[in-house]
Amino acid sequence: MQAQQGTKRCRQPANSGKFFDTIVKFFPAPGMIRFLLNNELQEVDQVAPCTTVLDYLRDHLGRTGTKEGCASGDCGACTVVVAAPEHGRLHYRSLNACITPLGNLHGHQLLTVEDLASEDRLHPVQQAMVDCHGSQCGFCTPGFVMSMFAHRKNHAVPEREEILESLGGNLCRCTGYRPIVEAAVQMYDPAIEDAFSAGESAVAERLTALAAAPGSLHLAQQSYHAPTTLEELATLLTNHADARLVAGATDLALEFTQALKPSDRLVFTGCVPELLRLEEKEGYLEIGAAVTYSRCQATLSAHWPALRELLARLGSQQIRNQGTVGGNIANASPIGDMPPVLIALEATLVLRKGATIRELAIDAFFKAYRQTALEPGEFIEAIRIPLPHEGDLFQVYKVSKRLDDDISTVCAAFRLTLQGEGETITAARIAFGGMAEIPRRAAAAEAALTGQAFNEQTLEQACLALHGDFTPISDFRSSAAYRSEVAANLLRRLWLSQQLSPAQLQVTHYA
Amino acid sequence: MRKLPEEREASTSGPATAGAVKHDSAALHVSGKARYVDDLPAPANLLYAYPGLSTVARGRILSMDLSAVRALPGVAAVLTCDDIPGHRDIGPVFPGDPLLAEGEVSFLGQVLFVVAASTQQVARQAARLASIEYEEQPPALDVVDGIGEQRFVRPTHSQQRGDTRAALEAAPHTLRGEFHSGGQEQMYLEGQAAMAVPQDDGGMLVYSSTQHPSEGQKLVAEVLGLPLSLVTCEVRRMGGAFGGKETNANQWACLAALLARHTGSAVKLRLARAEDFITTGKRHPFYSRYEVGFDSDGMILGLDLELAGNCGMSPDLSDAIVDRAMFHADNAYFLPAAHIRGHRVQTNTVSHTAFRGFGGPQGMLAIENIVEQIATATGLDPLDVRKRNFYTAEGGRDTTHYGQQLNQHIVAPLVERLERSADYRARREAIREANAASPVLKRGLALTPVKFGISFTVQHLNQAGALLHVYTDGSIQLNHGGTEMGQGLYTKVAQVVARELQVDLASITCTATRTDKVPNTSPTAASSGSDLNGMAAKDAAGKIRRRLTVFAAEHFGVAEDEIHFSAGYIRAGEHKLSFAELAQLAYMHRVPLSATGYYRTPKIHYDRTTAQGRPFFYYAYGAAVSEVVVDTLTGEYRVLRTDICQDVGDSLNPAIDVGQVEGGFIQGMGWLTTEELVWGEDGRLQTTGPAGYKIPAISDTPEILNVELLPDSPNTEATIFHSKAVGEPPLMLAISVWAALRDAIASLGEYRHSPPLDAPATPERVLAACQAVRTAHREPRP
Repeated sequence: MQAQQGTKRCRQPANSGKFFDTIVKFFPAPGMIRFLLNNELQEVDQVAPCTTVLDYLRDHLGRTGTKEGCASGDCGACTVVVAAPEHGRLHYRSLNACITPLGNLHGHQLLTVEDLASEDRLHPVQQAMVDCHGSQCGFCTPGFVMSMFAHRKNHAVPEREEILESLGGNLCRCTGYRPIVEAAVQMYDPAIEDAFSAGESAVAERLTALAAAPGSLHLAQQSYHAPTTLEELATLLTNHADARLVAGATDLALEFTQALKPSDRLVFTGCVPELLRLEEKEGYLEIGAAVTYSRCQATLSAHWPALRELLARLGSQQIRNQGTVGGNIANASPIGDMPPVLIALEATLVLRKGATIRELAIDAFFKAYRQTALEPGEFIEAIRIPLPHEGDLFQVYKVSKRLDDDISTVCAAFRLTLQGEGETITAARIAFGGMAEIPRRAAAAEAALTGQAFNEQTLEQACLALHGDFTPISDFRSSAAYRSEVAANLLRRLWLSQQLSPAQLQVTHYA
Repeated sequence: MRKLPEEREASTSGPATAGAVKHDSAALHVSGKARYVDDLPAPANLLYAYPGLSTVARGRILSMDLSAVRALPGVAAVLTCDDIPGHRDIGPVFPGDPLLAEGEVSFLGQVLFVVAASTQQVARQAARLASIEYEEQPPALDVVDGIGEQRFVRPTHSQQRGDTRAALEAAPHTLRGEFHSGGQEQMYLEGQAAMAVPQDDGGMLVYSSTQHPSEGQKLVAEVLGLPLSLVTCEVRRMGGAFGGKETNANQWACLAALLARHTGSAVKLRLARAEDFITTGKRHPFYSRYEVGFDSDGMILGLDLELAGNCGMSPDLSDAIVDRAMFHADNAYFLPAAHIRGHRVQTNTVSHTAFRGFGGPQGMLAIENIVEQIATATGLDPLDVRKRNFYTAEGGRDTTHYGQQLNQHIVAPLVERLERSADYRARREAIREANAASPVLKRGLALTPVKFGISFTVQHLNQAGALLHVYTDGSIQLNHGGTEMGQGLYTKVAQVVARELQVDLASITCTATRTDKVPNTSPTAASSGSDLNGMAAKDAAGKIRRRLTVFAAEHFGVAEDEIHFSAGYIRAGEHKLSFAELAQLAYMHRVPLSATGYYRTPKIHYDRTTAQGRPFFYYAYGAAVSEVVVDTLTGEYRVLRTDICQDVGDSLNPAIDVGQVEGGFIQGMGWLTTEELVWGEDGRLQTTGPAGYKIPAISDTPEILNVELLPDSPNTEATIFHSKAVGEPPLMLAISVWAALRDAIASLGEYRHSPPLDAPATPERVLAACQAVRTAHREPRP
């Protein structure tokens, strides 16, 4: 067990918590991360800023129900549920505790597998897992239980596709999943209110109070800040050149847990209201940089139905609940799924440094491998995506080794502007992920399409041209030859999508 | 004890002894209360250990500067091979596995030194600070080159029946070919972990996530130079193992014990996932090349087959693994003339080890590939080729190429049952018709059988012990040599005891597997857990029942045949009392209520000099039909439906058995589809975690998955209540998925060209096979 001294905690029975919360609200002590562990107020300081929720639970609190399977957000064994106020109720989402910095919990309620059973009576989710023989070795089980709990809170009825989407980030090596899917259906019956439903509004009120003040952690020279205004955030970044900006931390946390290179100063975007906006404006959709994928998934899919599948297969439910579009861009990975989409859609980025704001086309943002146009102290405030035009043909294809929760081998986004009865291509924007050191356009293929008749011959010309656009690498995901071949074949698939239905064209749509 | 406890009430509803009872830890699993090694309460002053690894695959260590490792604040000890008081080699059967490298490194990731520190984080960081100089040599990585260069960790073994050369020369048709199958990472969700706690007598208590606590005990004792009696190894449960904790758990237990001995503190060693991938062995990648002779009906007339397991740097268990591949190179097919050779090739990777099936899947896949080739060459439905070649009771076609006679011919009726229930023929027609009209997506269908031999092929391992205590309240404590890794072994063995003593299952507690309770145990492996330990526990329970019977007969003055155990009660003539009342009465009359049990498997033997014998007590059978859809533009695919019929004899617990069947099938599907291990030319493993190594996820499970346990088919051998082993056989049902993918791809060439499809059939390999078939179809056949 690691040292616990310095970790200040107030343990209060649930019913007397309000009084203390009121004190916290009016006299917030500086420098604390405040959250509820189930109903117990946690005020934390003197903890390394890179401490993950998982390590905090296991090493500091001795709560060993939550398991470490990979410490990289790829297996779901550490899944916990985090609740935040929303319209006076609570919104529950599953997270990978292994890659969530503790400070990201500021103003939230954290629920772990130990919290579900009440008075030795299993929660309906747990009972269903027992009844359906959903556990064998039991090591992945706490994570499944928590993902299922979050699913049940967010879905009124059990739909197979939705269940699979919610559980795609939880790996089980024993059961083969069939009994778990069965349990995820059975947990709806009987439809009883659990202990959490009754307490929701009270918890929401407490959380609102906790979130009102900024949070921070300190340990010697290290610190973590969760500012609550844009100005505060901008100032922190201007004053601290070494600060790392944290959103969902789904990639950044790997530096701590895998590379063992902790950062001394972290600044969190997730408590800044301006960065959490999702708004339709004049001709474009504006997504705040801290908006998570699960928050904007429905809106994006409504405007661009082609994104529906991509967003469902982007990471896992936990990653989508945690990861942000802004983070996906700023991270500048060559294999992020959203950048090629945004390039094809001609998105722009609103960048802020102090009080200075500039707007930049997204293709100008990616400079080189993991290098961006961001200046020191500058950050992404919002992403603006022009709304679809009449006559646009927009398609997105993701090819990966495994269909669920896998990084793309190749990700392609196509946007053709068609004129007349769709006979002529007047403009083409094609962007790929996984084909180069940055996500980028296929200029030669675009040129081969632009101004041409929309037919098979043109597409074949574009396929030829495409080979000149990229020199992909071979790695453990695939060979360079496969990437090139698939990239061209996805262009062919785009053409075939004019004649064949998705069910005739893609295994993910085959029924 | 002065005052006896209250007796436990006998169940009124009768004992739940057989049937689909739940896993004994299910409620603990779902509530996070089930403890694994890393969850055990930390002893005072616990130190955290971490290994320092080699960064080259092959070479001589010129110098090792560990000063930076020692200097990191929080580091308590740094040990190298020179600090080992006892044995330095922990090879489980043959030497070759240094606990800590001595001068040479033979794979990238080999443990060079080990650190103990105040936290896991400090230990991990310190382990990366070493400065090592090597004289590097190019690593040997290629298995085919290895055969040519005779680079073997153990000598080649050979099995022969008849004159294979003559049979091939006489055969109307022959085919030659070669085939690769990839390795597989066990990817147990709980990584390797051990905690060693020094004892006051100089001994060591080791908590280890291991399938083989007795071997852990032995090796810790040898490394520390202690008698085995001073070392105890305990494991209550593992978070999955799949063979990956059979020998591969030992090193971490030994290193933790070495540091505990050195520092006097308890020491825990838990590997992070990347190091777990890098430092522990996997399923052996296999290469096979063959020449097969057959007639126009697809009957196999002769087979010359070379199997080569890529063993990695040391023998580990490879001898037995390659043997098992050879024992399964017939699968369910009679080979009239056969020459099977099994090579154990050495390469500079981690030493490959046990994984569910233990070579069997690789041997079986090799012959299934050959059957598929014959089907394409003859134009026959692969199912018909399979059925024609099945072992049969008549016609002298009932003996394997290693001389074991089959005495239970159920593969043919089982396959026919499945063929009907899965509607194989009609679906095959419909799929071929639909494919003709579908330009991009192609469906495929295949039915493949499994015959899997049950017993350790190393004879002495086929024994087990149990220990049973009845307390005076009627509650029972059970212990046996088997380990619980999720397969429900504790539940099944408790069911055996409940059935034997006719008591409620809830009155039985199965306690953690410990070497001080049941000694000299075998690994829980080879699907043998319930066969061996169930019989041992039955023996122990039988002894107690016998003593109670003798006592009750005498006490109540009735004949022994008037004593009946039933539903929690004992009837002795006119008298009826609960099991608890009888236990208490027996105690008062000084009848011992504790017994050991023992079992050894009868009938088995194998002579390696003649390559003949009966290595297996019996065979478990099964078959599966899988249907897939393939995107011929990208190689992506999905499994749409699978129907399975599995022979488990008289099931001890149908719910647990179905869980093993489904889980084994999906795991096998992973091996053959998306689970791809990639090593670089420098010998570095590039897929070091679930981000890059893709085991099946939830939507990979076919939406339609029908599993049937073959009804009314008790094991004809006297196994525990005539059940059959179920751990490994279902893994090979997944060969149906691989064959269905081939079938879908073959549609591109109107089923006239054989798709070259090595395993795993990743989307990339599927697309390459699609292109190969398209090309062959455009060119005139030679």
